[in-house]
Amino acid sequence: MNITIPTMPSDNTHALKVVGLSKSFGALHVLDNVSFGVAPGETVCLLGPSGSGKSTLLRCINWLERPDAGRILLNGRQVGISSGGVVMSDSELAAMRMHIGMVFQHFALWPHLTVLQNVMEAPVHVQRRPKDEVLAEAEALLRRVGMYEKRDAFPARLSGGQKQRVGIARALAMKPTLLLFDEPTSALDPELVGEVLAVMRDLAREGMTMVVVTHEMAFAREAASRIVFMDRGVVVETGDPETFFSAPKTERARQFLLRYASGPVPNAEPSSIVPLNPESASIRP
Amino acid sequence: MIHDFGIVWSERGLLLSGLMNTMLLSALAGFCALVLGVLLSTVLMQRARLLAQTARVFVDAARCTPFLLFVYFVYYGLPSAGLRFDNWSAGLAALIVYHTAYMGEILRGAWMAQPREPIEAGQAFGYTGLKLFRRIVLPPLALASAPVVGNQIIQIIKDSAFLTIIALPELTNAASSIQSRRYVPFASFIIAMLLYWALCLVVEAGVAAAGRMAQARR
Repeated sequence: MNITIPTMPSDNTHALKVVGLSKSFGALHVLDNVSFGVAPGETVCLLGPSGSGKSTLLRCINWLERPDAGRILLNGRQVGISSGGVVMSDSELAAMRMHIGMVFQHFALWPHLTVLQNVMEAPVHVQRRPKDEVLAEAEALLRRVGMYEKRDAFPARLSGGQKQRVGIARALAMKPTLLLFDEPTSALDPELVGEVLAVMRDLAREGMTMVVVTHEMAFAREAASRIVFMDRGVVVETGDPETFFSAPKTERARQFLLRYASGPVPNAEPSSIVPLNPESASIRP
Repeated sequence: MIHDFGIVWSERGLLLSGLMNTMLLSALAGFCALVLGVLLSTVLMQRARLLAQTARVFVDAARCTPFLLFVYFVYYGLPSAGLRFDNWSAGLAALIVYHTAYMGEILRGAWMAQPREPIEAGQAFGYTGLKLFRRIVLPPLALASAPVVGNQIIQIIKDSAFLTIIALPELTNAASSIQSRRYVPFASFIIAMLLYWALCLVVEAGVAAAGRMAQARR
């Protein structure tokens, strides 16, 4: 039973803490002084319109993108900057990244390896764990995501939903303390979204610490411990899912939710909806 | 005509040793050019400007030089600059250096066409430097570029024929020697052509095997 109260716990109770994070690409401020924390076992969903900086934020957490300012603390240890205050070397960064699992929008499986090899690759070659131990764990993980039967298939032979379930198993095989999801269902056909969300829901229930960038409102409402709503690079509102979805505090969140009111439409954007133009319609005979 | 082929048959020892030398030169040059080409492609992909630009100049210069002229330059030109090779070293060095440029460029092109995300996933999972390159970047790159690399090895086999002008006893040299001593140009040249063709078929079989591996992963 999860009885953590979603107020700010003290520092050492955070699995992840992001403090004053900023990032610009040229003149474009993608992230502006972003702060939030994730307690162990929490699932935090990052919501917001496309281009609001959610994916960049996620990529800054494991330093795939280098932030301009701010701090990221993973179990109290700073990511990217070593204790001496200098930027970490590649190998120090790699050692930190091993604790942060990542699931990608376009799966990013390694195409030359089979399903099983994809899951075993990094635990064996990066973490240098014994192969037979990793094999047993990898097979168990593949069973868990329902991909054991496909263990010898190459990624190219899988559907998007299957690829993403392998992607999740691959991330779990590293035994990460934190799991990042970058729009894990956005590239999937609608009928395949459910199988991936089911796996993620199980993980959330089992107490995996997760940060999920998603457009799946139903998933966020049901599985999130907390919602962080972003727009144009700033955190506009945070709160528990029930409050956020039924009574958002800010106008921007209200507007955002209105767009999804008719049901979860992945990646829906106002610009992608072509307005009915009476003039162009009248051209037709 | 049958008689002419009989004459070529009687010279089979010479032809065979020419064929062996062509195979040896091509295999050595192909292997070295491929390995150096992999190194070159990593330099071409560097973000460090000066290094990448220097490599770029080398690739462009090599690709715009006729191979025959390059062999002349290495064997006759370099000695006046104080670098003297025997014909074997000169021929092999010319093949390797010249085709390294092509291999590097082939691999760079295939690398550019690789999706970025799997490599990024490698970094996110803790791969860096050489291990990232060897385990994550190179294998799909090798599968994707195998057909073009195979083509380049065929080019190496054919370019090795130019080395007859620095008196390397390879296949063309042997055929040429037989026809000039025994006056059987048609028979000796056509046999040499058939032997080159057979070598290329072997390379193509290798490429086809790599192609099947790539197909299963595509």
